[in-house]
Amino acid sequence: MTLLSVTNLKKYHYSGFLNRKEIRAVDGVDFEIEKGKAMGLVGNSGCGKTTVARTVLRLLEPTEGSIVFEGKDITKLKGRSLKPLGRQMQIIFQNPESSLNPVMRIYDALLEPLRIHKLCNSHEEDQKVRDLIGTVNLNEELLFRYPHELSGGQLQRVVIARVLSLNPKLIIADEVTSMLDPLVQSQILNLLKDLQKRLGISYLFISHDMDVVEWMCDDIAVMDKGKIVKWK
Amino acid sequence: MSLLEIKGLRVFFRSGDRTIKANNSIDLEVMDNEIIGIIGETGCGKSILGRAIMTLLSDNTEINGKIFYKGEDLLSLPESKLRTIRGKSIGIILQNPSAALNPVLSIGDQIAEVFQYHEKMSKQEAKMKTAGILKMVGIDPNRMQEFPHQFSGGMKQRIMIAMGMAFSPELLIADEPTKGLDPETKDSIVNLLRNLVRSKNMSMILITHDLDVTEKMCDRVAVMYAGEIIELASINNILAAPRHPYTKVLLGSLPNKGLRSVPGESPSLSSPPSGCRFHPRCVHAMDECKKDHPPMLLTEIGTEVRCFLYKGDQDQI
Ligand SMILES: Nc1ncnc2c1ncn2[C@@H]1O[C@H](COP(=O)(O)OP(=O)(O)O)[C@@H](O)[C@H]1O
Ligand SMILES: Nc1ncnc2c1ncn2[C@@H]1O[C@H](COP(=O)(O)OP(=O)(O)O)[C@@H](O)[C@H]1O
Ligand code: SF4
Ligand SMILES: [Mg+2]
Ligand SMILES: [Mg+2]
Repeated sequence: MTLLSVTNLKKYHYSGFLNRKEIRAVDGVDFEIEKGKAMGLVGNSGCGKTTVARTVLRLLEPTEGSIVFEGKDITKLKGRSLKPLGRQMQIIFQNPESSLNPVMRIYDALLEPLRIHKLCNSHEEDQKVRDLIGTVNLNEELLFRYPHELSGGQLQRVVIARVLSLNPKLIIADEVTSMLDPLVQSQILNLLKDLQKRLGISYLFISHDMDVVEWMCDDIAVMDKGKIVKWK
Repeated sequence: MSLLEIKGLRVFFRSGDRTIKANNSIDLEVMDNEIIGIIGETGCGKSILGRAIMTLLSDNTEINGKIFYKGEDLLSLPESKLRTIRGKSIGIILQNPSAALNPVLSIGDQIAEVFQYHEKMSKQEAKMKTAGILKMVGIDPNRMQEFPHQFSGGMKQRIMIAMGMAFSPELLIADEPTKGLDPETKDSIVNLLRNLVRSKNMSMILITHDLDVTEKMCDRVAVMYAGEIIELASINNILAAPRHPYTKVLLGSLPNKGLRSVPGESPSLSSPPSGCRFHPRCVHAMDECKKDHPPMLLTEIGTEVRCFLYKGDQDQI
């Protein structure tokens, strides 16, 4: 079954005097992601990968094209009606620090989304937080530390745990391991693949490492200058 | 001939009641015209080793051992003498160009400063020299007036290389020169560095966590784990016949080798495990591994390895 279907997606940026400079960051992109599958998006920096991700998530307004998620056209959704979508599609970035509040302990960082989205009763919260940290293979003693006391790999696991608390159907992973050491990278990728098997999560997996994408993904789209130029 | 010889180097930091054992029993020789790679995970002590060689460590540091450069122990030289070596005869390319470059100075002024600091040189002379080395690293000297933010990541790295090479050093220490660059840019930096070092008959210590880059550039490789060198071998031996269980795990975790993962994390340097520092994660761990610290041992293929599985004459695995 198709989870996400993107048709003729375009996102142009305008800059300069009177916005006369047009940057065609994404220039007519089509793809589909099946439930439980992983699609890879590769290409050199600046080719438009992150813009695709942010536009699909509706963090950016598409210039043209359509985005259909679970059979529903979400291209034109506005304001409040975007909210449930914000749970079902999640994004993880290269720098886990940027997604975590530096003055919040890990415990509270995991608790926050549960409360905001009212995902469980208050007497279930503690167990839920402990389950989450266990799901990403981290020791519970890290719950009471601050982000700066954790390594890059540990932080990326916390971010994954936080995202999982929302039970997403699609996770967009944007260069999530490109700053990590090889051994830590392999741990994180194995974790993501394991979550895909166990929870049926789909991925849009963005990277500039072809070997990583080949290992992780079922289909691979190669982007260049805002367009998909090749499928593998 | 050996240009640099490190013997029994130990670098400890005191921080409150903790001692961070950043470098422990390091022995390493760098030959003339040799490129040696230092690989290992973030936090294992690679940059500290580079800074120790540059005698650039902070005050809370306890440093022991010897670092012979052309026969003289850098750790016992006076500051006045060190100043003629540091930055001139031994150059360094610091980790993270965005942090190392001054955002409010044009790159021309920053490089010219290097010349004026080390050699009493007129402004005009320094400018000429600056233009020369910018050209050498493939940057148009007409961009001298521009500021760091006007350059891409790869370009900034070229500027760092220019500064490290300013005085044609005999030994260049490059700390993570390709970190965070995309594959194409990474290749161009690797080619630039390799060509410069080889054509000028320099020696280089390349610090990285990227095994691809190591393979493309290095003659020999030292693998570090938790502050120690645990394997030292030719690049061919490291890739084709890794000996230390950690080296094997590291190679198996690479994307083109199947991304096999092992559980656990690199240990903290303030309370590393007893005995062999890898023992809590090692599938071969024996009783002695928990108690005793394995010495570095020469195996028959010429690899040096710090592991009890090897008894010197015969390899067990
Ligand atoms: N907000 C923006 N305004 C103007 N140009 C942008 C903006 N965001 C991205 N771009 C440009 O769009 C192109 C694609 O960027 P991006 O999607 O980040 O590429 P990638 O993720 O593949 O490296 C680049 O040329 C980038 O400079
Ligand atoms: N000035 C210092 N005081 C205390 N600890 C330090 C200092 N500098 C580095 N360290 C610690 O020494 C260890 C090794 O650091 P480093 O050599 O930078 O590792 P890497 O292998 O990533 O380059 C780290 O745990 C780091 O936190
Ligand atoms: S010394 Fe023992 S624990 Fe350490 S790597 Fe060798 S076998 Fe493993
Ligand atoms: Mg991007
Ligand atoms: Mg470092």
